[in-house]
Amino acid sequence: MNTVSSMLDNEWHERYRQISKLNIRSSIYDVTNKCNLRCKGCFFFSSDEHKKSPDEPDIRKWEEFVDREKARGVNLAILIGGEPTLFLDRVEAFYRRLPTYCATNGIIKVPRERFPDLMVGISLWGDEEDEKTLRGRDTFSISRKNYEGDPYTYYLYTITPKQIGKIERIIKKIADVGLKVHMQLLSNDEGVDGFSWKHEELLDLRKEMDEVLDKYPDTVISSKYYHQIITTGTMLGRPFGWMECPSVTKPLDNRKPEPKRLIEFIRWAADLKTMHRCCTSETRECSTCKDGAAHMSWVMVNKRAHMRSPKDLQNWIEVYEMFAKLYKFIPW
Amino acid sequence: MPDKKTILRVAEILIDELKLEDITPETFNPDLDLVDELGIDSMDLTTVVLVLQDEYGITIDEEDYPKLSNVTLIAEYIEEKLKEK
Ligand code: SF4
Ligand code: SF4
Repeated sequence: MNTVSSMLDNEWHERYRQISKLNIRSSIYDVTNKCNLRCKGCFFFSSDEHKKSPDEPDIRKWEEFVDREKARGVNLAILIGGEPTLFLDRVEAFYRRLPTYCATNGIIKVPRERFPDLMVGISLWGDEEDEKTLRGRDTFSISRKNYEGDPYTYYLYTITPKQIGKIERIIKKIADVGLKVHMQLLSNDEGVDGFSWKHEELLDLRKEMDEVLDKYPDTVISSKYYHQIITTGTMLGRPFGWMECPSVTKPLDNRKPEPKRLIEFIRWAADLKTMHRCCTSETRECSTCKDGAAHMSWVMVNKRAHMRSPKDLQNWIEVYEMFAKLYKFIPW
Repeated sequence: MPDKKTILRVAEILIDELKLEDITPETFNPDLDLVDELGIDSMDLTTVVLVLQDEYGITIDEEDYPKLSNVTLIAEYIEEKLKEK
C-alpha cells in the first residue's frame, strides 16, 4: 500500500501537510441577475438563468442566508452573477461572515475602505479585440486602471482560440500593473464564429501556457498539470464530463454511482432559494465544458487516485496549492 | 487502548470502503495518520463514517471528524460512544 511519506521527499511532504488539512468547502452564489455588460457566450445570460428567479431585495434575508450557509459548513463563498459589484451590500453580507471571493468584470472598483482584503477575480476574455467582439467593450484597460497594484486581486484570463501565440503580451501587461493571473479556456456557449476550439490548437496552447508559467512565475498562478488537464480534458486516462464533474449541486446530484465531488457544494440563485445544477449553466454540454474551476476541483477531489506514483501525487499537490493560493488559503 | 477486535474491524472497513490494496487488517498500522499518510479526504471519511454508524449503531458528529485521524483513535471513539449508550 502506498503511503504519502513513502512517495514524497521531506520538502514535498511538508508542502502536502500544509494543504492536506485545509478542508475547503466552497459554494457559489449568484449575487444578482443584473449585469453592466452582456457578453456573447456568458453562460448565465445565454442559458436564461437570469430569468429563473428574481433577486432577493431584502439585505437582512441575505445576512440570515449567509449565516445558514456558514452553519452548513461552507468556508469559502464564491460570488458570481450577474455582476456582484452592482450590489455591494450583498457582497458585504458575505464578506463580514465568511472568506469571500468576488468575481467581477472589473468595470466598478470594489472600494477598499469597505472591503480591505476581499479577494477579487477580474474576468478577462482574450485580448482587447476579443473583448470588443465578445463583450462589447475593452474592459481590460478599465480594470487595469481600477486595480493596479491591488494585493488581493488577480485576473481570471479566459483564453480564446484567437489568442494562440499571443498570450504572453497579456500576461506581461498584467505583470506590469503588479497583478497576478490565472488562466482558463473559453467554452463558447453561444457558438460565436471562430471561437470554438480545435484539437491541434489545444496542444499548442498547452505548450504556450507552460512557457508563460516558466517565464512569469511571480505573476502566473497555475500548474503544468492543470494545463494538461484543461487542454486535454482527461485526467489519469479518464475523460471529463457529467459523470466525473465534481461541481454539481449536491441536492440535485442524482448520479449513480456518485463520483468524487465537492462536499455539500451548492450553486444558489439570487432569490436565495433556487439552486442551479452546477457551477456553470444547465444548458452547457458537459462533454465540451472547459470550466477551469470544475477541472481544478476534479483533480483536487481525486487525491487517492493520484497516489499511484510520486509524480502523480506531486501534480496533485501543485493543483491543490494553486487552488489554495487563488482563494488565499495559502500565500501567493 | 481499544479492544483489538474493534481495531481490526475498523481497519477492515477502511480497506473495504476505500478499496485499499496490498494490505490486510492485521498488517494495517493502526497509528498511521489517515490524512497525512493514507491521503484520505473528507468524502472518504464520510463514506467510512456511514458504515461505522450502521455497524455500531452510533452517531458520529461531523465536528468530531478531526478526532478520527487514525484507526486506534476511531476505535477508541467508537468504544466511548458505545459506553454512553
Ligand atoms: S460580465 Fe460576466 S455576468 Fe456580465 S454578461 Fe459578461 S460574463 Fe456575463
Ligand atoms: S457543464 Fe461543466 S461544470 Fe456543469 S455539470 Fe457539466 S461538466 Fe460540470
